[in-house]
Amino acid sequence: MNKLVSSVKEAVRLSGLKDGMTISFHHHLRNGDFVLNMVLEAAAELGIKDLTVNASSLFEIHAPLVEHIRNGVVTGLETDYMSGTVGRAISEGVLAKPMVFRSHGGRPADIESGQSPIDVAFIAAPTSDNMGNCSGKYGPSACGSLGYAFADAMYAKKVVVITDNLVDYPLHDFSIPEIYVDYVVQVDRIGDPAGIVSGTTRITRDPVGLVMADYAAKVIDASGLLKDGFSFQTGAGGASLAAAKYLKDIMLRKNIKGSYGMGGITGYMVDMLNAGCFQSLLDVQCFDLGAVQSIRENPAHMEVSASHYASPIAKSAAVDSLDVVILGATQIDTDFNVNVHTDSNGYIMGGSGGHSDTAAGAKMAMIIAPLSRARLSIVVDHVLTVSTPGSTVDVLVTQKGIAVNPARGDLREQLVAAGLPVVDIHELKARAEKLTGIPRPLELGDRVVADVRYRDGSIIDHIYQVRS
Amino acid sequence: MKLNRSAAAGTLESSDIYVQAAPGKGQVEIQLESIVYQQFGPSIVETIRSVAEGLGVTDAVISAVDRGALDCTIRARVETALKRAAKEA
Repeated sequence: MNKLVSSVKEAVRLSGLKDGMTISFHHHLRNGDFVLNMVLEAAAELGIKDLTVNASSLFEIHAPLVEHIRNGVVTGLETDYMSGTVGRAISEGVLAKPMVFRSHGGRPADIESGQSPIDVAFIAAPTSDNMGNCSGKYGPSACGSLGYAFADAMYAKKVVVITDNLVDYPLHDFSIPEIYVDYVVQVDRIGDPAGIVSGTTRITRDPVGLVMADYAAKVIDASGLLKDGFSFQTGAGGASLAAAKYLKDIMLRKNIKGSYGMGGITGYMVDMLNAGCFQSLLDVQCFDLGAVQSIRENPAHMEVSASHYASPIAKSAAVDSLDVVILGATQIDTDFNVNVHTDSNGYIMGGSGGHSDTAAGAKMAMIIAPLSRARLSIVVDHVLTVSTPGSTVDVLVTQKGIAVNPARGDLREQLVAAGLPVVDIHELKARAEKLTGIPRPLELGDRVVADVRYRDGSIIDHIYQVRS
Repeated sequence: MKLNRSAAAGTLESSDIYVQAAPGKGQVEIQLESIVYQQFGPSIVETIRSVAEGLGVTDAVISAVDRGALDCTIRARVETALKRAAKEA
């Protein structure tokens, strides 16, 4: 049996891809990914039209996708997160039908349940053998975990592995096994390492960020959750990383042995593992070289699939056992609903990723954000887009005070008892607007450009076209 | 106050405003580009105009690129740009 084919175009042809089908991609190569563009170019050359692209995330490097939408090669789009040129073009209405946003847990759930069937999945594999046993841990384009690609590999009708590091059969320590793989293609490069992983992600030196991070660590300490067996996820933003550093200091000082750290993993989480703060890391995606090296060398640093990470229909997912998650926000409203999809002018600049999944699962979901950004209050009456429902958000930490969801009176009492500056969320909004002034309401168009599906499949919000 | 040359103040950093001022054509003309134009555009133009009036400037072209500066920042940058532009060429 020979699965090796000579080119991406040949693999697309052999896969039987036809007009109207759905193709899928995972985003571990992030802003260094060449594979999505490669496949769409091949599909365009073969004259295939009316494709739906289901990608776990999209970045600036995927800007050529806009041209494929304009010329009819792509007519449907589904993703969990989208930044840059594609997000702006969608906001301006380039796609005729609304795109679909999911969460990192909702996406594999919909693939597995048949809600969003995939015809051909393309796996960007930093190392593979000729039968398609593949891994992200090795090779010149190493990205670490391949967590988001598992559902695609297991449930797509056809699976194409694209690699720039073809090794002898069988690849040891593979992530995705050959049993799912139809074709293997070797190319010169699957990505640009500079865009795949950061050299090192750094904690913020901004004094406002450091105050927020200090409060965040103290809130966790005061919550009663910080004890042996503690589990934790944080983002890769500067203030979130600073919070992790302060938390590490507290854990070491109090000799607290946590159970697991999770998420997109950075070198800071690896440092916490190595310092004994956690027994293990559950890793769905690596953000920097420190994380990639750790997942390759340390058996306690484990790759998990997106379903294992966050699926709402799995018998259990790791988010269900999570104690604390630190998350960001572009806006939060006085009902604690959070927007991470759109910017202040209504343009798509992000997406849920694992935001709503971890907020739903964690015992304490904390939003960390400056009181205002570029003259706009972080706290508003109504968020432009509901990404994560306020019922799953417990506390907002800003540099000017900490607001607790009224549903969490117990937590509020704990934070007050610890001497932390707890204020009503309406008071935070008033303090911000005293500095910024009251903004005029944003005017948007009437046409829906995106549906935001919550992790349970319900439509939690619509995103409207911007006015040019 | 009479403007004698082109001058600038501020930066393009987030939460700052970059203001250029130059002698005008007999009136105060204000051009504004702002990331919060929809929310604060008219208010920012009004702030710039009031600083110019306060300094007795009646003849100027003021162009500003705003990155979400607070009102106090806008006032300081506009005043500085105008005073620099008022120096002898």
